Amino acid sequence: MAKPKSWLEPHPQGLYVKPADLWIDPSRPVERAAVTHGHADHARSGHGAVFATPETLAIMALRYGVDVAASHNQAFAYGDGFERGGVRFSFHPAGHVLGSAQILMEYAGERIVITGDYKRRADPTCAPFEVVPCDIFITEATFGLPVFRHPPTGQEIAKLIGAVRAEPDRSVLVGAYALGKAQRVIAELRAAGWDAPIYIHGALEKMCALYAAHGIDLGDLRLVSETDKADMAGQIIVAPPSALNDRWSRRLPDPVTAMASGWMRVRQRARQRMVELPLVISDHADWDELTMTISEVNPKETWITHGSEDGLLRWCELHQRKARALHLVGRDLEEEA
Amino acid sequence: MKRFAALIDRLIYTRSRNSKLALIVDYLRHTPDPDRGWAIAALTESLDFPAVKSAMVRALLATRVDEELFRLSRHFVGDTAETAALLWPESPTVRGEERLSLSKSRLEPPAAVLRDAPSTSSGAPQDERNSLTVSAAVDALSAATRATAPAILASLLDRLDADGRYALLKLALGGMRVGVSARLAKQAFAQAFDVAVDDVEELWHAIPPPYAPLFAWGEGRAERPDLADVAFFRPFMLAHPLEDGTVDLADYAAEWKWDGIRVQIVRGGAETRIYSRGGEEISAAFPELVAAFDQDAVIDGELLVRGEVQGGEAASFNALQQRLGRKTVSKKMLADYPAFVRVYDLLAVDGNDLRPLPWTERRRQLEGFVPRLAASHFDLSHVIDATDFDDLAERRAGARDAAIEGVMLKRRDAPYVAGRRAGLWYKWKRDPLTADCVMMYAQRGNGRRASFYSDYTFGCWSDEGELLPVGKAYSGFTDEELKWLDKFVRDNTLNRFGPVHEVEKSLVLEVAFDSIHASKRHKSGLAMRFPRISRIRRDKPAEEADRIATLLAMVT
Repeated sequence: MAKPKSWLEPHPQGLYVKPADLWIDPSRPVERAAVTHGHADHARSGHGAVFATPETLAIMALRYGVDVAASHNQAFAYGDGFERGGVRFSFHPAGHVLGSAQILMEYAGERIVITGDYKRRADPTCAPFEVVPCDIFITEATFGLPVFRHPPTGQEIAKLIGAVRAEPDRSVLVGAYALGKAQRVIAELRAAGWDAPIYIHGALEKMCALYAAHGIDLGDLRLVSETDKADMAGQIIVAPPSALNDRWSRRLPDPVTAMASGWMRVRQRARQRMVELPLVISDHADWDELTMTISEVNPKETWITHGSEDGLLRWCELHQRKARALHLVGRDLEEEA
Repeated sequence: MKRFAALIDRLIYTRSRNSKLALIVDYLRHTPDPDRGWAIAALTESLDFPAVKSAMVRALLATRVDEELFRLSRHFVGDTAETAALLWPESPTVRGEERLSLSKSRLEPPAAVLRDAPSTSSGAPQDERNSLTVSAAVDALSAATRATAPAILASLLDRLDADGRYALLKLALGGMRVGVSARLAKQAFAQAFDVAVDDVEELWHAIPPPYAPLFAWGEGRAERPDLADVAFFRPFMLAHPLEDGTVDLADYAAEWKWDGIRVQIVRGGAETRIYSRGGEEISAAFPELVAAFDQDAVIDGELLVRGEVQGGEAASFNALQQRLGRKTVSKKMLADYPAFVRVYDLLAVDGNDLRPLPWTERRRQLEGFVPRLAASHFDLSHVIDATDFDDLAERRAGARDAAIEGVMLKRRDAPYVAGRRAGLWYKWKRDPLTADCVMMYAQRGNGRRASFYSDYTFGCWSDEGELLPVGKAYSGFTDEELKWLDKFVRDNTLNRFGPVHEVEKSLVLEVAFDSIHASKRHKSGLAMRFPRISRIRRDKPAEEADRIATLLAMVT
């Protein structure tokens, strides 16, 4: 069996699959890239050829103008894949955002899974995570500390709806990352029975339309810019986090500032962001999901990337699991968690 | 505990004072005794459990959680109580039902099996978890000794969810930091039960937590509690600013206004207590004054410290700040910053309430009383012997004492009444000093101003031609001016350091301030007292702003 280091090389700018001459989620433009999902810290513009799920390619087309139709870009449904340089690549659901995938690589009798970002709990906007047995499991560790235990999503959505109803003269402005979190919050609100129009920031419009085109019903969405201030009293508004306390928010009726993020678990973090209503809703695995997933996958070796590597590394040590931390650069953990 | 935990959570994220007030009012109205009393005592930091300290909590955590994981988590979270609340292991059944329900596990039993599995860990079942009351927790913690505290705290933590554990640990360890002062709590009480806040202030410190007689009185179920033999707080008489007019010195007596902190010292029931202006007890910070005040009386005066520079006379407010906000005081502090009180009113003496008497009579008795106190720690605030108002104005302008902030004018025939009544007392501050400074950095404000850059750091020129920060201000401008300043910041930002924007050093702000002192806070070595923006000097080039040397000449 070939040593993993001899065919998969961790570099600060990403993982390089040597026999295939291909990078996974590289942080700078390369000739050939396999991409786990559409977030900007994993999917960059300027690659020669992109291998990804159809949804991820569609997102990259929307964000960077990647040409989906071009023959060098190839889309693969979950379970499908391709072979290059003797390495078999396949895509498997990661449960993170629409189109997000784990990538399984098989070479010389060895199986390596790279998760990209993932979570284990239910999400109405994407396919659920699948456990893929492997020898080396490369996991994210955004919330790799035992303080991070996300509460049930339904409880947080109920908190949001409760806040809107408590002050019908005001509005609640929810800061949510433009790809994934915003659509998930909207879909969860719909699932909880919130059928009033939801008002969105212009920066979310195209991504919400893309989700709708992929069969995810987000209900009646309206643009804040096309709505009278008074009509938004007692309503929910969704915007990217950067718009929360900016001039843009002055057009809303006395907004209560909410933020949907796993970081909201820590009170000081929420206060620093001037948040009045923290909503602990995350698209990343919490501590229990991370550790449970490692146990379920039960790999020979665990590699840990971006996040609190030290915490998860310590857990592996305590559970006699072989593990190492990779230090990849360019991962933006703050905004989209 | 669930309601209390929810209250704390709301208070943490609520910035406006009125909203905080509304939350507490609602809690007091809808929570039974004695929980509400303990809760309000915890919010105002009036509880202490000597057996429960953060080192003990850390040691307890180490028995449940790996120490290295605790250390990493504590480092990330930054607060022991919050880290412990989040890390405390709990049973899986109480943590939400949807967990992992969609995972397509190939190696483990399906999630449904996990979900329905009975609780096997130490966590209590759901119904018991919400039943722990604040008072049961307080009782258990009060009964704890150093030996039993870890087991007692552990059993309480096992009965709570993460928010409840946070509330419990903050209640046990103090350091709530939810922005609720004793003053705000008393106002909330008054509002909740529609009683006069002055009455609440008097009664508050006379009754220990959980304040059952206070609630009984508030709800009309009992008479006003009797305060004989208790060192209770009398609400202060306050002054209006003297705007433009003058007063006739035949009707008003003039005294210096001292730049210290206003205190009330009360001896009753063989106990001496010192209260600050907000009615917070600060006795622990000034043990030498508590020890020295041995007369059955209530005085109103200014707490000051003696400064070497001032030849043993009252020093500036800057020196006094070293002594404020402390729970214990070192010998060095006592020696370096000796405190004393300059007394200006006598509210009670030898069991007689003097408050109904006119100022002239209280003053006569005060002058007779002060010699009964130790001269090392108490002196009399003298009446300014001005011939007429013009003479007074002249003296006010000429006052150079470091501790003089202006002049007080007190109506000679007025009794001592709580609060700010028209026409009785006036404060006439010295004219503010001003300096032309250059805006250097800006930050967003809070609440209504969250989208505006409304907090400005400004500087003056050093001899080397470098701009050094001298202060920070966030008031003094109109709403229109704020809009203009906000736009200036956005259009002229050079750099961002987190929330702080560095701006083009081109805008001159005229800053008004009461005084200026030596300080290590700013690189310039100066700090202003009460700085505010008095004018925006768009007309003035930045190079012509004031120099540090000019400000140094104003230091008192």
